[in-house]
This record gives sequence, C-alpha cells and structure tokens, in this order.
Amino acid sequence: MGTWTWFHKLASPPHFYRIAGKMIPWYAIPAVVLIVCGVYGGIVLAPADYQQGDAFRIVYVHAPAAWLSLLCYTVMATAAAVGLVWRIKLAHALAAATAPIGASFALLCLATGSIWGRPMWGTWWTWDARLTSQLILLFLYLGYQALRSAYDDITKADRASAVLAVVGVVNVPIIHFSVTWWNSLHQGATVIRAGGPAMPPSMLIPLILCFFGFTFLYAALACVRVQAEVLRRERNAHWLQDAMGARGAKE
Amino acid sequence: MNAPMTSPWAAAGLVLRRDLALAFRRWEQVTHPVVFFLMVATLFPLALSPKPSLLADIGAGVVWVSALLSSMLALESLFRADVEDGTLEQLTLSGQPLAILVLAKTVAHWLLSGVPLVLASPVVATAFGAAGTAYGVLMGSIALGTAVLSLIGSVGAALTVGSRRGSVLLSLLVLPLVMPVLIFGARATDLALHGDPSAAGPLWLLGSMLILALTLTPFATAAALRISLE
Repeated sequence: MGTWTWFHKLASPPHFYRIAGKMIPWYAIPAVVLIVCGVYGGIVLAPADYQQGDAFRIVYVHAPAAWLSLLCYTVMATAAAVGLVWRIKLAHALAAATAPIGASFALLCLATGSIWGRPMWGTWWTWDARLTSQLILLFLYLGYQALRSAYDDITKADRASAVLAVVGVVNVPIIHFSVTWWNSLHQGATVIRAGGPAMPPSMLIPLILCFFGFTFLYAALACVRVQAEVLRRERNAHWLQDAMGARGAKE
Repeated sequence: MNAPMTSPWAAAGLVLRRDLALAFRRWEQVTHPVVFFLMVATLFPLALSPKPSLLADIGAGVVWVSALLSSMLALESLFRADVEDGTLEQLTLSGQPLAILVLAKTVAHWLLSGVPLVLASPVVATAFGAAGTAYGVLMGSIALGTAVLSLIGSVGAALTVGSRRGSVLLSLLVLPLVMPVLIFGARATDLALHGDPSAAGPLWLLGSMLILALTLTPFATAAALRISLE
C-alpha cells in the first residue's frame, strides 16, 4: 500500500491545492524564460527561410500551439478516464480545467495557420487534411464544453463529459486518418509537403525552446485553473474555510 | 429463490419487439425523419442551381448530408420517452446487462430511422441524375453509415437525455464524431454514381467502422445512461 499513498494523497483536494499553488512559479518562470528566448531566437537570430522569407517565423507560435492542443486532449481524456474509473474528483477537476486551455490552443493554431496561409498559399483557408482535422479537434473541445455547461450538477457534468472525452479520444485517430485519406482522394497537389527540407539548428533550437516553453505554460495554466476548480467545488469544505477563514470572518 | 432469469439475448429481443411495436403505433415517428430527409435534399437545388451537371456532381454529398441531419433529428427520441416514463430505470434495474439492452434499442432505432432512409435514398439520387446501376452501392453505404450513426449517436443521446437542452447539444456532441462516416459514405456513393468500381474501398472502411462501433459503443452508451439516470 505504501507505494500508493502518494497517489491518494495527491488526489486529496487540500493537498493538491497546496501543491498546485507551490508549483505555479516553478512552471510559470521557465515558461516565460523559454518562450522569450525561443521567440527572440526565432524572430531575431534565426535566418529568413530561403523560400518563405520572414513569414515562416509564425511557426514559433503555430507549431507549439498545435502540439499543445493535442497534448491537452490527451491529458483531458486520460484524466477523465482516471476520474471515471477510480472516481477521483480531482482528476475530473483537471479534465475540466484542461479543456478550455486545449480549445484556446486549437483556436490559436487555426488562427496562426490562417495568417500564415494568407501570404504562403494566397488564401486564408484551405481544406487541407491537417487544417480540417485541427478544426474537428476544436469542435470536439466545444462539444465537451457544451456538455459540461448543460448540467447544473457538477458530479453529473464530470462523469458525463468524461464518457464523451473517452469516446472522443478513441475517435481522434479515426478522424485524423479519414481526413487524410479524404484529402488525398480529393486533390492531388497539397500545399503542405510532408517532411520538407530539414531545418538548420539556428531555426530548430528556438522552435524546441518554444515547444518546451508552451508545455510549461500549459502546466502553469493548468495549476491555476485546477486551483480555481477546487475552490469552486470545495467552497463549503471545512479545510477551505479554515484556510480562508481569517479573512472571511472579518469581512 | 428467483425464477430462472431470461437470457440476455432473449431480453434484448423483447426490448426490440417492444420498441418496434411502439413505433408502429405512433407511425409519424418513422415518417417524419424521411420527410425531413426529402425536404433537406430539395433545398440544395433551390439554393444552388438546377443545372444537371452540377446536380450530378453534388448528388452524393447531398444524399449524405441530408441523411446525417435526418438521423440526428431522430436520435433525440431514442431514450427520451423511456426516461420520462421510467422504463429505462426499470431496464437498468432488471439485472440484465444494460449494454445488450441498449444495443437492442439502438438496433430498433436504426430499423425505424435508418432503413427508411435507405429506401428513400434512390429517390433522391434519381432526382440528382444518378444512373440506376449505382443504387446497390448507394443503399449499401447508406445502410452501413446510418447504422454507425445510430450507434455513435446513441452515446450522445444517452449523455444528453438527463439535461434540459435537447437536440442542439446532441448535434454538437455527435457531429464531430461522425465526420469520418460522412467522408467515407459520401466517397463510396460518389464513386458509385460516377461508375467507378473502386467504391468498394470506402464501403469496406464503413463496414469496419460499423464493427468497431458495434463492439465499443454499447458499453459507452450504457455507462452514459447510468450517469444520466443517477
């Protein structure tokens, strides 16, 4: 049993609330440092692309956002499944906290892709496989959010949305492949070439920094949002009133 | 102590017979989605143009989008009445595996909402200038596709039955999940309408999706119903 105590301890809201509060600077500071370094490296230090000129530099936001939108869905579905199986409320709180972050990253990815596409392909939007599956991913997030908001009872919202997240994560690879095949059936020459020329290190290193920076940013945001979720869910709990009690009594 | 239990499959057969009997007494539940299907298909030539060359190009897509919307509309009624009058609670408490009972309900739902669309689809395809040779693939793809739609949709219907916001929410949940069905279904139909023998490929993919949905969704639907009924 000893190996599992940390797990149960982590799953207790008061304990996690404290840990999350302590972890926020440990995630937020590296996030800021990495993103600033990555963006500086990408915009100032990296050479212009020989084909795309300076326009390629939006990749330093675009690609990490795409990565994070997928990571968030995986985290959300995993947390939801854990919550569903072991009935851990905190896992549901993490899933609920992650969904809007993931949706924002998906939207950011679509928006930057669109801005990038305008000079490169001469159009804001093209029915490319990757764009379309990213759009469907955004729809999945929106459906999840809509289902959550339809229930007043938070336990019910947790468990219903968890089922949807798990069903969705089974579907994500199917959607991805079907969209890829659909696209290859529709149009021959696609605008994005898979692979492409390998990036020189001066371009690649800032990108890697941005990837890690965005991931740390997600971790920091998730901690803040999980804290907020815990506050909302446990507002009547004694430990929370004790923690906030001194101030609350005076007001 | 107990009387011998009915076997799960016999219980499923009873649920299926009951749902069919109920539907035959309220016939409009079956006919309304078909009428809706025909109406949506009518909208496209009105909105675009009655040019035969254009209609032949978009025919497959129109049949599929109309079928998808019509089956979304029918999903709403899958569990609602049974939740309202307490039947579903009794099914949950019956001691039979809920997943199998739910599968029976979904099959009944497909027979009542999917099969009429299968029968109506050649009419629409003809109106869009399809040749008679393609009807086999068209009806086969619609049959497979609507079955997958019913199965995936049953999860959505089970999740939303406890909430007060009905069909819009249901569509928001289900539509992104069924886009692969639309892609392969419309592709198979399109290839068949243009006389391309490679239509079998997407049909096989639809079939494999049906098998996947058949094995997984009843459990998700049963879990979702238990949550909604809590």
